[in-house]
Amino acid sequence: MFHLFKNAKYDFLGARRIAYAATVALFLPGFALLLVRGLNQSIEFTGGTLVQIQARNPAIAEAGIRDALNQAGLQGAEVQRFGAPDEYVVRARLTPDVVQSTESTQETAAAVDSALARAFGAGSYDISRREAVGPKVGGELRQKALMAILLSFGATLVYLWFRFEWRFGIAAIGATAHDILLTIAFISMMKLEVSLVVIAAILTIVGYSLNDTIVVFDRIRENLRKYKRQHMVELINLSLNETLPRTVMTGSTTLVATIVLLLVGSEVISGFAWVMTFGIVVGTFSSIFIASPILLAIERRWPGEDARGARALAPAREPAAPLGVPTP
Amino acid sequence: MPANIRNRLLVIAGLVLVSVGPPPLNMLGLGLWPQEVTIRTRGADGRMRDTTVERVPIKQGLDLQGGIHLALEIDQSRGQVADPADALERALTVIRARIDEFGVAEPLVQRVGTSRIVVELPGLRDPARAKQIVQRSAFLEFRLTDMQNAFAAVLPQMDAALRRAGVRTTGAAAGGVSAVEQLLGGDTARGTDTTGADSLAAGGALTSLLYQGALPGEFLVPEEEFPRADSLIHLPEVRRLIPRGLELLWSAGPMSQGARSFYGLYAVDSRPMITGEQLSDAQAQLDPTFGQAVATFQLTRAGGRIFSRATGQHVNDYMAIVLDGRVQGRPPIIKGQIGQRGQIELGNASLQDAQDLALTLRAGALPAPLVIVEELTVGPSLGKDSIDKGKRAAIIGCLAIVLMVVAYYRFAGVLAVGALGFYVLFTLGGLALLDATLTLPGLAGFLLSVGMAVDANVLVFERIREEVDQGKTVHAAVDGGFQHAMPAIVDSNLTTVLTALFLFQFGTGPVKGFAITLIIGILASFLSAVFVTRTFFLLWLQRRRGLTELPI
Repeated sequence: MFHLFKNAKYDFLGARRIAYAATVALFLPGFALLLVRGLNQSIEFTGGTLVQIQARNPAIAEAGIRDALNQAGLQGAEVQRFGAPDEYVVRARLTPDVVQSTESTQETAAAVDSALARAFGAGSYDISRREAVGPKVGGELRQKALMAILLSFGATLVYLWFRFEWRFGIAAIGATAHDILLTIAFISMMKLEVSLVVIAAILTIVGYSLNDTIVVFDRIRENLRKYKRQHMVELINLSLNETLPRTVMTGSTTLVATIVLLLVGSEVISGFAWVMTFGIVVGTFSSIFIASPILLAIERRWPGEDARGARALAPAREPAAPLGVPTP
Repeated sequence: MPANIRNRLLVIAGLVLVSVGPPPLNMLGLGLWPQEVTIRTRGADGRMRDTTVERVPIKQGLDLQGGIHLALEIDQSRGQVADPADALERALTVIRARIDEFGVAEPLVQRVGTSRIVVELPGLRDPARAKQIVQRSAFLEFRLTDMQNAFAAVLPQMDAALRRAGVRTTGAAAGGVSAVEQLLGGDTARGTDTTGADSLAAGGALTSLLYQGALPGEFLVPEEEFPRADSLIHLPEVRRLIPRGLELLWSAGPMSQGARSFYGLYAVDSRPMITGEQLSDAQAQLDPTFGQAVATFQLTRAGGRIFSRATGQHVNDYMAIVLDGRVQGRPPIIKGQIGQRGQIELGNASLQDAQDLALTLRAGALPAPLVIVEELTVGPSLGKDSIDKGKRAAIIGCLAIVLMVVAYYRFAGVLAVGALGFYVLFTLGGLALLDATLTLPGLAGFLLSVGMAVDANVLVFERIREEVDQGKTVHAAVDGGFQHAMPAIVDSNLTTVLTALFLFQFGTGPVKGFAITLIIGILASFLSAVFVTRTFFLLWLQRRRGLTELPI
């Protein structure tokens, strides 16, 4: 019988500075890139036209498609290979300074089709996907997505407030906000397209990361009742170590699911799979290295009843930390 | 067997029955058992046909089976609509009727929010045709043409008004410049000078574009002059002079006469003799004499009476058939009283066009013009590719998870995998029960929730291990494990459901599918991990009472 991390005694809290450094190291370049080139938003959000074609004729390639579009006067359309070698996506986004009507996005889709038909012959490709989104719909959707993220934040905060107490709620939300920020940094570094489905992935990560954090917090709460006199640092480290087998096991089964999705799933879902895979790693990381240190910081600043008792006493025995990091 | 284990097994059996039971056992009539589903489709001959197929009643989203998604709103850009909410409601009914007639398997026509209609047409490939069916107003009118030639009589006045307004004729001087450009050009003073001479020679700005047609009230405009003529007749100077009780309407398309093609401009009565509201039926046919596609129609009894009275009064007059503000074909002469039946000639249109027209006429006119604000089309091959890859990912992912769990938790892992089987049944059954739609992100959500479903089991097993380490007996350890893991399971599941609910609220199509799969998945995983796994444990402990060590 094998049993990972049985009686583990890692000093997670002691390593928190390293964890913060890792977070900042990942976050800064991601956000610098975000500021420089912005998010790659999908047609659903910006409004515009997308045409995905599957080439039957091997002569059709990115450059040729671009030429055909330019000849038809469709400048500024973005041509990209998509998944399989014979599939291409043509995107024409609506830009704020060019006010276009909804009909014009549909006309653009038709114009792309006729430009390709003229250049390569009508039977040499299939149109496998067409999207034409008016500017109004895109704007609305952006608003709704933002609302959904904020509202789900608010709701979980209220829930945690009821189930635990506000210190836990704030710490959990802090860790989740950390996950979302890092995920956005990741999206911008990977140049992933932000679509509705990717927003769905981000919200799922919110759920997963909260889930992970809650399991740890639940144990902390239980241990606070159990060991009333123990030092807070020790107690949090103990709880993290006790839940470590579960954290690792669940993290790996879920990670396996998303990695399979990434490797085997269709191209349409790959953005989702990337974000989920990254999010599960980050969510697991944050529930150990971010949520608990925040909780500790809050407890130090505004001690709760249990913690106050613990703080009043000097540590009863040596801290559980094998690394011997000095505890404050 | 103790009563509590028996009761637990009965509950599980009941749940399975609800999820997969065949119809007589499954009282709700929904579930995973393959059922007969009736699909209306239109055959090659244009007739509707009902086909029944046996299949598992889980709906697939457009992204999986391919099809067209349209979002429509009332178009207020060309004039205010008095009561948009009411118009939208009526438009919904009309579109629903049209789609029913069109024969699409499992279409979706629903209102979203307060101002939008979403139409989903699975399996359809031609977006242009779908848009035509949904968006066409299909407002049919019969109007008498201008028998008194009142319009021809005011033409000189219109020319004079245009001359005063500084519109030049298309002579050599103005050739190639569009009417609109001229109007916006602003050089009025000089324009007036030159027009004087030009229009005398050519007979006036408007007149010079018009050729008298063969019928009363009919004028022909060369195709290349159509945009200019159209902009001229919409000028306020001209509109003001149109005789009371008359309206100017264009033909539906250009007509060829000899080597040239012309648009017809018709002066018609502004009051229709009868409108499509009085229609009771419409069919498409091939006209046996010319082999052309026509749409025949039949009026209601009341409509027939009105129509025969009106046509009786106007024998030997000409009657324009107007569809959505355009005159269809050349107005026929009224030879005698026309009763309840008639036909609309469509020129060179195909039989399919005639069928589509007949269909929209039958379903009725839209109460207000609609504008398409979003159009998404997914080809069937892309959908099939997504399904294949999604299925493969789901199977490989599930297998990998099963292997991990069994390798790590051994016998308890086997119990967990058994419970996972129930989890899959409950989730799919729940999808069928709620009549939810399975989408590509939904499939991903399903795989994801398998990963998460294991979490509840993991929480319990780790707790049991801890209890065993503390030296508890096997029975006490299992009880304690389930009991202590409970708060964490409930809290984590509830927060995930909370976020999924918000996703459901704001998401459209595929994302909604994802959210609902996630919610059902979490409920199912709770049931399977907490209830089913525990029952398995109880059963097994029951059979081996003397057990001292737990294979976990």
